[in-house]
Amino acid sequence: MTTTHRTFVSYIDRTREFYAAQGYERPYRWAHHENVPFAALSKPLASCRVALVTTASAPRETDTDPGSLRGAKQVWSGDVDPAPDRLFTDDLSWDKLATHTNDVETFLPIEALRTHVESGRIGSLAPRFHGVPTDYSQRRTLENDAPEILRRCREDEVDVALLVPL
Amino acid sequence: MSLVARHLEENGIPTLVIGAARDIVEECGVARLLFSDFPLGNPCGVPYDKKMQQDIVGFALDLLESATLPRTTVQSPRIWSEDTSWKENYARIEPEQAEALRRAGEARRAAQAKAQARGGSA
Repeated sequence: MTTTHRTFVSYIDRTREFYAAQGYERPYRWAHHENVPFAALSKPLASCRVALVTTASAPRETDTDPGSLRGAKQVWSGDVDPAPDRLFTDDLSWDKLATHTNDVETFLPIEALRTHVESGRIGSLAPRFHGVPTDYSQRRTLENDAPEILRRCREDEVDVALLVPL
Repeated sequence: MSLVARHLEENGIPTLVIGAARDIVEECGVARLLFSDFPLGNPCGVPYDKKMQQDIVGFALDLLESATLPRTTVQSPRIWSEDTSWKENYARIEPEQAEALRRAGEARRAAQAKAQARGGSA
């Protein structure tokens, strides 16, 4: 088999072209780093407590709320037991032509993780998951949201974190 | 989200990202990425396919355990569908849409400018 293009979608290219077609002259500047931090596991996975982080927002009580089309503006947390049966994702840029987000497990795999707890593969799941806003401003993510997620992870005494952007 | 993963790593918490936007996550630079070559929205598996969802989380756990260097990307072996047309269709601009898109952009910028002049936000 051969190919003339990347076989995976470049969302940076697609997004730039889509906004350029709408007349936006300055493309979004995505985060780019040369150096990447790395923390090694400090204990076997079978003893680790796992945190789960999503970009989805808490479900909306009503669709008539004027803010109902907007996602979370700040970090939030929800219980893993019971796992939420729906979350608000309409504000996020997932592929609305190809799929849907009605099955929360496709982006917040609480039940899947629970099967791995039951099999002994991981120690436990933290009692709550965390939601982080998708913010145009990388400064706000770095200054507000990332430290708040860290604070909550420490409060929950987790050993590792699984982050699942939609 | 990748910025959050980096912050946790900097503070001693190992992380793993399960993501479908490979280029965005890799340009930002994270310790470990399980890449799901799926439409954005369902990185953990096809809706209601519990077995696949368990498998993908299992691959993520394997990677969490096995990675020894940052920027370790592993591609999930699960496939979305034999039909890969979704890859072409995402944010595709058909020639006949070009004018409508340009107008929509103009209208949005005008609304934003108006809202800003009023001191609010669009």
